[in-house]
Amino acid sequence: MSKPQTMFEKVWQQHVVAEPAGEPPLLYIDLQLVHEVTSPQAFEGLRMAGRKLRRPDRHIATVDHNVPTTSAHDRLVIADQVSAAQVNALRKNCAEFGVEFFDVQDASQGIVHMIGPELGATKPGMTIVCGDSHTSTHGAFGALAFGIGTSEVEHVMATQTLPQRKPKTFRINVEGELPFGVTAKDIILDIIGRIGTDGATGYAVEYAGSAIRALSMEGRMTVCNMSIEAGARAGMIAPDETTFAYLKGRRYSPSSEPRTTSSDLSSRSATEGFTFQPQPSSDSSSRPERSGVEGPAFSSEQYESDWDEAVAYWRTLTTDPGAEFDRELHIDAATLAPAVTWGTSPGMHATIDGKVPTLDQAPTEADKKSFAKAYEYMNLQPGTPMESISIDTVFLGSCTNGRIEDLRAAAAVVKGNHVATRIRAMVVPGSQQVKRQAEAEGLDAIFKQAGFEWREPGCSMCLGMNPDILQPGERCASTSNRNFEGRQGRGGRTHLVSPEMAAAAAITGHFTDIRTWKRGSSGATLDAEQVLVEGGSR
Amino acid sequence: MTPINVLTSKAVPLPLPNIDTDQIIPKQFLKRIERTGYGEFLFYDWRYHLDTPDAVTPNRDFVLNKAEYAGAEILIAEKNFGCGSSREHAAWAINQYGFRAVIAPSFADIFFSNAGKNGIILVRLEEEQVQTLMDRSTGSPEHRITINLEHNTVTDDAGFHARFEIDPFRKYCLLNGLDDIGLTLRHVDALDGFEAKHDAAFWAAPKVTV
Repeated sequence: MSKPQTMFEKVWQQHVVAEPAGEPPLLYIDLQLVHEVTSPQAFEGLRMAGRKLRRPDRHIATVDHNVPTTSAHDRLVIADQVSAAQVNALRKNCAEFGVEFFDVQDASQGIVHMIGPELGATKPGMTIVCGDSHTSTHGAFGALAFGIGTSEVEHVMATQTLPQRKPKTFRINVEGELPFGVTAKDIILDIIGRIGTDGATGYAVEYAGSAIRALSMEGRMTVCNMSIEAGARAGMIAPDETTFAYLKGRRYSPSSEPRTTSSDLSSRSATEGFTFQPQPSSDSSSRPERSGVEGPAFSSEQYESDWDEAVAYWRTLTTDPGAEFDRELHIDAATLAPAVTWGTSPGMHATIDGKVPTLDQAPTEADKKSFAKAYEYMNLQPGTPMESISIDTVFLGSCTNGRIEDLRAAAAVVKGNHVATRIRAMVVPGSQQVKRQAEAEGLDAIFKQAGFEWREPGCSMCLGMNPDILQPGERCASTSNRNFEGRQGRGGRTHLVSPEMAAAAAITGHFTDIRTWKRGSSGATLDAEQVLVEGGSR
Repeated sequence: MTPINVLTSKAVPLPLPNIDTDQIIPKQFLKRIERTGYGEFLFYDWRYHLDTPDAVTPNRDFVLNKAEYAGAEILIAEKNFGCGSSREHAAWAINQYGFRAVIAPSFADIFFSNAGKNGIILVRLEEEQVQTLMDRSTGSPEHRITINLEHNTVTDDAGFHARFEIDPFRKYCLLNGLDDIGLTLRHVDALDGFEAKHDAAFWAAPKVTV
């Protein structure tokens, strides 16, 4: 039997087109996601060189970064002429090069990292790129997904490949049960704090362990999303039943319809040329019909549907027992607490019951300088208790925490309460689909009654390329991914938190320990009904 | 891409770690659809005071606004330079401002790729070595540093001498000013062959047609 492999290595190996001597391996890219900000110069580059877009069917485009979220009208007629020109350029480019495009009011529009999974375009074992560093999100499905720059976007458009040096592998094991009030966001913020914002530079990370497996797809996407904040271009999680349940029946997922006609089978026979070799799994009971299968060909005919065959393949992607990683880290989930960032880098965070650290607590001399600069920018004194920090603004959304589960969790906290005086609070669903689902569940009404603005989908205040920005000096509890200087608006001060923590801060006006908030009778999750009944009596 | 080999220049010291691409070029300048004209917005929020929403004045304390550093083609920074957003606009802004090289102890991955595509030499040195150069350029703006790409060396007139590692292929592309797409298309036969087989793997296709 061959050497045990990591999930990353399996996916990588399936995509190596060529390994020319003295050059980086050429990696095939299964899907490129395209948005308005990092694509115009790439399309222009193709035109200038007289090149075609090689595989339009392996591209999907949408608008997200600079679209207004205020109303459907404001999105159709964008007042900012520079933004409007960029959106129009994408429309024109997609039409010219034959790329499927989800326009501002399309039922499938949304943040590019939301719609890939929602459409079922994101699948295990794929290579996925996008001109956006949060492309690591898609790794939650066991895909190898990473952000690239515009020259690389053009490269993929022209060749459907990228020359890539193989990264090293890093497994982060989070074992045990998360305490009440601790979320996927707190896991990833803790990891970034532990290893630093460059701690995983040069690595592809695999998140593993019982606490990761227990996460929903939404939670897994939150974790993988912020891999880049630790320097890793890619973060991956092994596909399992949770993954398959999420993907089944989506628009671009393999069909579960039984293969009935002979043409169905013959159309699949080409698959046998595929170089995949099944590996015995440690859990052979989960795929009995494939257990122990050895041989060069992946035979299609034993499966009743495309879906069954796809799932059988996806199951083989997990890291083999005994596979070696270049680096490993173990975290005990039980020790985690809700996190709040205090500084201007995602690694600068404290737990909610903690304080802004002092200069002495800076790990290195270089960090001391960053700490000093951050105190000044954030207008915070070392030693300030996190719970005493008051806010002006709450932003609930982004590709990190703009999914339906995030909105449900926040709504459970908000229900029956009202945002504190003078607080501007907004909910920006990550996609049209999330918005529709939330409205069907009545979450929009809960937020609106509590004094939140209910917006149209987009990236919004995560990076403030559209009109949703902080004013100088404003302090924001944000569910997004970056607290860099000026990220949400020049002079704006960002504190990264989970959706539950953002919701609680909106109600009280300062950071508040969600663990002391109303606990549902189940004790494990915030129960919306419970909060409604007891609302206001905290 | 312009070929580059030996670069001798003054250097601008920026003694901070984790300089992210949001600082290198803020979001409001990412809305343009052109590939040029970003140099004037490099480090915009540090370089200019915002007096009113529509008026800015140069921040005289910021190193790029000091006349003695004008014309420098080398930037020196601390670890993890270029972290955060994938925006290639950061590499464009650095290049179009006039920098041909950045010296730091480490660089973020995506920025590292982007810089390479734009002919910017990224030189990784030990922290102490970077600190030495940083101190010399801070003490004397006229201090000149020489980067020799062919020989993988960084030197100055005051006796500094260091070797740096660079991927041989990246070096070859920088020395020759090569276009990546053209290089990849030399492998188009391998690509055609791979793709014909790989397309059959419908479970890895973005759009599985029903």
